[in-house]
This record gives sequence, structure tokens and C-alpha cells, in this order.
Amino acid sequence: MGQAVTSPAIRIDHLSRDFGPVKALDGLSLEVPLGSIFGFLGPNGSGKTTTIHLLLGLLEPTGGRAEVLGFDTVKQGDAVRARTGALLEHAGLYEQMTAEENLEFYGRVNRMSAGERQSRMKELLQRFDLWERRKDRVVKWSRGMKQKLAIARALLHRPSLVFLDEPTAGLDVVAAAAVREDLATLAAGEGVTFFLTTHNMAEAEKLCRRVAVIRQGRLLAVGHPDELRARTNGPCVEVVGRSFSQDALDLLRGRPEVSAVEREDNRLSIHLRRSGEVAPLITLLVNAGVEVEEVLKDKASLEEVFLKLMEEEQ
Amino acid sequence: MMSDIWTVIWRERKTLFRYRGSRLRTVLSILVPVVMVAVYFPWQTEDWADSYVSLFSAVVPMMMVLLTVPDSFAGERERHTLGTLLATRLPDRAILFGKLAVSVAVGFWMMLGVLALALVTANTAHWDGQVHFYSATVLLVDLGFGLLLAILIAGAGVLISLRASTVQEAQQLLGAAVMTPPILLGLLALLLSERIGDAVEGIGATQAVLIVMAALAVAGAGLVIAATARFRRARLILD
Repeated sequence: MGQAVTSPAIRIDHLSRDFGPVKALDGLSLEVPLGSIFGFLGPNGSGKTTTIHLLLGLLEPTGGRAEVLGFDTVKQGDAVRARTGALLEHAGLYEQMTAEENLEFYGRVNRMSAGERQSRMKELLQRFDLWERRKDRVVKWSRGMKQKLAIARALLHRPSLVFLDEPTAGLDVVAAAAVREDLATLAAGEGVTFFLTTHNMAEAEKLCRRVAVIRQGRLLAVGHPDELRARTNGPCVEVVGRSFSQDALDLLRGRPEVSAVEREDNRLSIHLRRSGEVAPLITLLVNAGVEVEEVLKDKASLEEVFLKLMEEEQ
Repeated sequence: MMSDIWTVIWRERKTLFRYRGSRLRTVLSILVPVVMVAVYFPWQTEDWADSYVSLFSAVVPMMMVLLTVPDSFAGERERHTLGTLLATRLPDRAILFGKLAVSVAVGFWMMLGVLALALVTANTAHWDGQVHFYSATVLLVDLGFGLLLAILIAGAGVLISLRASTVQEAQQLLGAAVMTPPILLGLLALLLSERIGDAVEGIGATQAVLIVMAALAVAGAGLVIAATARFRRARLILD
């Protein structure tokens, strides 16, 4: 039952799940490394929640298999659930109980000793700025506070892996930013692997070092956000200036690292095949008589990459 | 396993009757049965402590289970806490038996209270200079009957609650399920009243009650086994 240290946190191999005629997950293969925030992106109904349910052993796959922390999700679902924390699509808090009682219950569920429960509860509630309100019934709390408490609950028993299903969905901008900040701090401080599903690209961009994009249960791309950018559009440089002659544009188009050049009034967009040095291109333009006023290195947002991937898939 | 069951019981006890209106609904629902069993019947019955009239006290645990058990799984589903509970390391049986135990225990403790109150009423109404207690046989039969009836209804309630999408749906289905057998048995008893009377006379009241209790035990065990078989995480997460 021991967990192999070198194995990834999650290994998914051709995992499928059908609900009648609907293919919720279609041959998904993926590896999630230990100790990072992994973003699982996709539009609504793309199979993100089904994937979490399968990984927690709450659903049985129609085909393929998955291992979480070295445990088979079908045969060793209990072992998976004992070693992971989860914030599913709902906060799942008992609202007529106090924050303290909610954590107390899940501490007992995870067989933590009374002393351990108390110290860990205090540590987490203080970290999330909820300590002063610990005696309140959760029903009186704001949605952001509830979501923070649900994250604290998922982390209570110091799991190696935490599943977070759209943790900022439905929160206002301020509350969502606070939750994101807490997650980033926790990931750095606790060394936990987070498997985070979201359709919020900015969130994924801010938090995740690796992301996977799925649509209709199929994996479209996986990698670092920069790798995905390179795979779709590649980086772009914008030059503001004057005297953009046709010769200068032709010279640029002849460079191997340049994939496309677009001009609009006093702005020139240079699309690159990969990230790299921009200075030689600027020198080339200056030597060709262009008066350069400003150079902006522009990275396509993850949202643009996501939309591009969706377009390609369609 | 036992510590996990205690954990579930701890949690259930924390939220018992805490939801809006549930305390008032409970009080109103059990007020009439409690008054009937704890005051009216012992007041009217001279040998209350020695007769099987006190078996009517079994209606109290029955009512309490009817009020609490529909919430067991349907309530978790309605309040969106079921998924999180299923995602924990708690074994299936610990969740199921913990929830069953709370409903049965609440009913059983309530029955003990009502039997004690009824004894006070009986002694007050028929005071003859000494305090009368329940005979051992009557007390054991009362408690056994109440416990078995509570387990039977809790088993049926959990079975229904496992699939019901709301507490109200579970309450309605359980109400219908609990009312149907007594109506059918009542009709049968009316049709065969003479034969049943002869049979009971032949075997004695205690034997007759024990036969009914054995039937309740078998039916209760069957329902609990069916609920255990029906508790599947993969099904519950999809319902």
C-alpha cells in the first residue's frame, strides 16, 4: 500500500466514462507531477467534475484506469480518499454547525488526535482570517468565507493532494482574489499538490505551472501556459513608430523566427514562432529606416490560447 | 469501524433539529401521541404497568424515527453536503449505521421518557398507597417492541432517503410506506377477527406479542440489509 516516491501524483491512462449515450470523458491520458498547482481547464460540461469524481473513486470508469498517489482509483478508492482532500462543486459545509464544529467533524473523520485537531484548526482558521468567527454558525457567513473554510477543511488532515473544483466560482472579484492569493501561499508553504479545475483563465494563469485543456471529455493540450501559447499563436511583439516601408516588412518576413507581420497605421505586430531575442529584429527595422518609438512584448493571454484551442477542436 | 460510526453519530447529533422549523414541527407532530401514551391511556387503564396496553408507547419511537430518518441522506443531498461526505475516508457502513443509529436512539430515548411519564400518571390516577412499577416482562416487551419498530422504520426510511432528492419527497414516500401495512393488516384483522382472537387465546398474549416482535425483527433486518446493499458511492454521487 506504500506510495512510490518517484511516481506522479496522478497518472491517468485512457480514462473514459459514459453516461448512457453521452461520453463525459473520452480516453483521457495525463500525468500530474507532485508538488505543484495543476490547472484542469475546460468549458462547462467538458468533464472536469467527472474527472475529479473518477479520481476520488466516487465513480467507476467505463474504460481505462487512473492512479492517485500510486493507488488504483477503482480497487483502492478508500486509500485515495484517506490521503486526499477535496473541495467539490459545492462547499459541502454543514451550515447549522459552527466553523469549528465543521472542522472538528472532518478532523475526527480523518482520525486526527484531539490535540492535533485543535492545533491544526487554529493554524488554518488563523491563516484564512476566520479564527475570530470560529464560533459562528456557517449559515451566517458570506460565500467567500464559506469557500475559505471549505479549503481549510480540505487541507485539515495534511493531505498530499487536494482536489479543488472551481474554488472561486460564484465569488465576487475581491473574494475570488483573496482565495487565489491564499491558494498560491498554501501551495508554496505546504508543498501540497493541487488539482484545480476552472474555466477562469486568469486564475489558471496566475496559479498554475502546468495546465491541461479538455473539451467534451477529450484532452486538447497539456503543458506550461507558455508552451500552450507557443503551440497555438506563439509570442508577439508590437512596435510603435513611423516609416514602416515595404522593404522593412519584407526583411522581417524573411527572418526564420517570424511567422507573420501585420501593420496597422503606426503599429506593427510581429508574430514569432517561439520566444526569443527581439533585439535583432528591432535593429533590422532601424537599419531599414524605421523610426521606432516603443517596443511592446506581448504574450497572448491563456484565455486567447484556450479560445484558439477550442476553435481548432471545432 | 466503531469509531467511524461514533464520528457520524457525533455529527448527526450536532445538527439534529437545528434546521429551521424542525423543532416546532417535531413538537407538534409528537405532542398528541405523547399526551395519549403518557397521560390519557395510563389515566384510563387501571393496570397500566402490568398490561400490554403500554405497547401503545411504541408509537413514540415510531413517530420520532419518521421525523428524523428522511433527513439522513436526502437532507445531505438537498443541502449539497453528500458529495463531500462521500469523498472522505469514512467507510460506507459507518455512514449508514451512524445515521440509522441516531434515528433509532432518539426514538428509543424518547420512549423511555414517555414510559416513565406514563408510570407517574398511572400511579397518580390510581394511587392505592404504594408505587407500582412495570413488571419485568411488560417493560422488556415494551422496550423490545419499540426498538424493533424503530429499526424497521429507520431501515425503510434510510432505504427511501438514499434515493430521494429532497427531504420532503423522502417524508412523503416513507409516510405512505409506513401507513400501508397497518391499513392492510387492520383490514385483515377485521376479516379474521374471530380466528385471530381464538389463536391469541390459544397461545397467550405474551407468545402472540413475541411472534409479532420476531416478524418485526426479520422485516427490520431485511430492510437494513437492503439499505446496506443499496449504499453505493457511485450511485449516490449521481442521484
